[in-house]
Amino acid sequence: MDIHEYQAKEILAAYGVKIADGGLAYSPEDAVQRAREIGGDVWAVKAQIHSGARGKAGGVKICKSHEEVEAAADAMLGRRLVTHQTGPEGKICLRLYIEAGTNIAKELYFSLLVDRAHESIIMVGSAEGGMDIEDLAENSPEKIKKIQIDPAVGLLDFQAREMAFALGLEPSQISPAVKLISGCYRAMRDLDANMIEINPLIVTGGSGKLMIMDAKMGFDDNALFRRQKVAELRDKTQEDKREMAAADRGLSYVGLGGDIGCMINGAGLAMATMDMIKLAGGEPANFLDVGGGASAERTEKAFRLVLADDGVKAMLVNIFAGINRCDWIAEGVVHAVKKINMKIPLIVRLSGTNVEEGRKIIEESGLPIITATTLAEAAEKAVAARNEQVAKEAEGAA
Amino acid sequence: MSIFIDEKTPMIVQGFTGKIGSFHAQDMIDYGSNIVGGVTPGKGGGTHLQRPVFNTVREAVEQEGAEASIIFVPPAFAADSIMEAAEAGIKYCVSITDGIPTQDMMKVKQFLRKFPADKRMVLTGPNCAGTISPGKSMLGIMPGHIYAQGVVGIVGRSGTLGYEAADQMKALGIGVSTSVGIGGDPINGSSHRDIFEKFEQDDETKVVLMIGEIGGPQEVDAGVFSSKQMNKPVIAYIAGLTAPKGRRMGHAGAIISSAGESAAEKVEMLQDLGVIIAPTPSAMGETVARVLAKL
Repeated sequence: MDIHEYQAKEILAAYGVKIADGGLAYSPEDAVQRAREIGGDVWAVKAQIHSGARGKAGGVKICKSHEEVEAAADAMLGRRLVTHQTGPEGKICLRLYIEAGTNIAKELYFSLLVDRAHESIIMVGSAEGGMDIEDLAENSPEKIKKIQIDPAVGLLDFQAREMAFALGLEPSQISPAVKLISGCYRAMRDLDANMIEINPLIVTGGSGKLMIMDAKMGFDDNALFRRQKVAELRDKTQEDKREMAAADRGLSYVGLGGDIGCMINGAGLAMATMDMIKLAGGEPANFLDVGGGASAERTEKAFRLVLADDGVKAMLVNIFAGINRCDWIAEGVVHAVKKINMKIPLIVRLSGTNVEEGRKIIEESGLPIITATTLAEAAEKAVAARNEQVAKEAEGAA
Repeated sequence: MSIFIDEKTPMIVQGFTGKIGSFHAQDMIDYGSNIVGGVTPGKGGGTHLQRPVFNTVREAVEQEGAEASIIFVPPAFAADSIMEAAEAGIKYCVSITDGIPTQDMMKVKQFLRKFPADKRMVLTGPNCAGTISPGKSMLGIMPGHIYAQGVVGIVGRSGTLGYEAADQMKALGIGVSTSVGIGGDPINGSSHRDIFEKFEQDDETKVVLMIGEIGGPQEVDAGVFSSKQMNKPVIAYIAGLTAPKGRRMGHAGAIISSAGESAAEKVEMLQDLGVIIAPTPSAMGETVARVLAKL
């Protein structure tokens, strides 16, 4: 689960991390009010969306008067901002964070991540922040410092110091940097975060103070049951509607933009089926893992979810029943097709426990369901049915 | 032989009396697994499925000589149950439970490392379908009947895709020595490489099939190991050739996070390491058959 910049900053501030003065706004009037409260003569108006690279998408504006703040807020609120992380549909901006403008002398990079290879938390830093860290990692890996944190003992002061020196800080800035780094680490550990990224971490002009300018935090969904306060920060307006609807029903859905809808049990088999569709010349519309206990009701919900995508021209069901039973799935499919009144071709491939009974139910239903026995056959038939459907619709339109 | 489990291995079920634990315990008993009892704290002293129930894993080890364990405990308590098994002297543990917090798994891995290598419990999973040595024993939730007994060792992250492979092989008359599910989570008990080591030492296993996915370094690590330290041929299929970069596809593990972790990159690296690639998921069985024919 991701949260907004302002929420991440509030959390980190409670762990002793320095942030600029700021406040939340839901309207241009709010924004001006926040700017007044903050004082000074420069403010940053920042769109609160779950994405990085907001600057390039017009989601961050430096303003030098209340009028500019109002205009910037008016331009951002209610707009969908498209960045390379949001996908083409973008993310809607409904909240703004108004922050005191800061004089920046240096931009650094700092993050904490779960490192799968070492099964621990890893700390990553660079004296060159602000820019695209992925480019830096690829082109100048020597400029990035990585330090593993032993889960048994946690972050040690000398490690935080080592990182602070790697960030190119002055001796007088080392102690505040250690405080900031260990604050971030404690937040990560205490709240089951799986990512904290500070980019940029800045050194202010003149006074040389360390401050976090942007902050992203991501949390382990599996641990939300014990992090109630974190779970409450969820902003559903930032999540894909269909993915969310799926998650609420215990299904795992990812929209992919193709036109062959899929319903499969198991993430690995789902990915493999999508590979087969592509190899057969088709494009999957979605990834949908219905999981273990696919009841008739759940199957119907899955069908509705896949068919809610208007672009779907054919639907493929591929179930390898282990705990599931093919006869249950078949009954669910027949029930769903009858109830929903499907207008596009449906291809069903069943395998595993009680497969004969399952196939019989499909056959005897009298419904125009195309069946397949192997994975390859299922994918080929799905692509063929999709092509026929597209041709038929084109004919209808002409 | 086979790896981890055979018809004699005494096994217990942690989370024995719950609905899911009971269902699968019965299924394993029906398959012929030597289930000697189970653990449900607070229900010790009773019997369930005609087997004794214990309050602690230690009691099950002391009184029934349990050597292997399978975990059906809910995610909030699963890490604790895994560590309890390790401390009690269980040698092999399968965690079926999915949804265990990442930091809990870090703790589990750290805890396991404190034991000397010869006393350290082997964990597979979490979030897996378990392990089966066909015709002998099953410590998992898979449909046992789709596996024929034979000489191919299977290791994979995904449950149903593993079934698909076993099914394709059975249709071609090819059997399995042991199939091990290592699970789809970012941090898991054993890696592909760990299982490769066991298969290389197992007399019954002649070839190894690895079923991998996008994300993480484990498939390539295993390929490096096989190129340097294995004599047995290794075949691999990597799911997710068409998965878009950066999207999460159900498994927390299946996230493309850096270079070398997309399916295409993995396939290329594995090929360079001498691993035989099954180009499509429907070609897993025939690729294994081709390799077996050449032995």
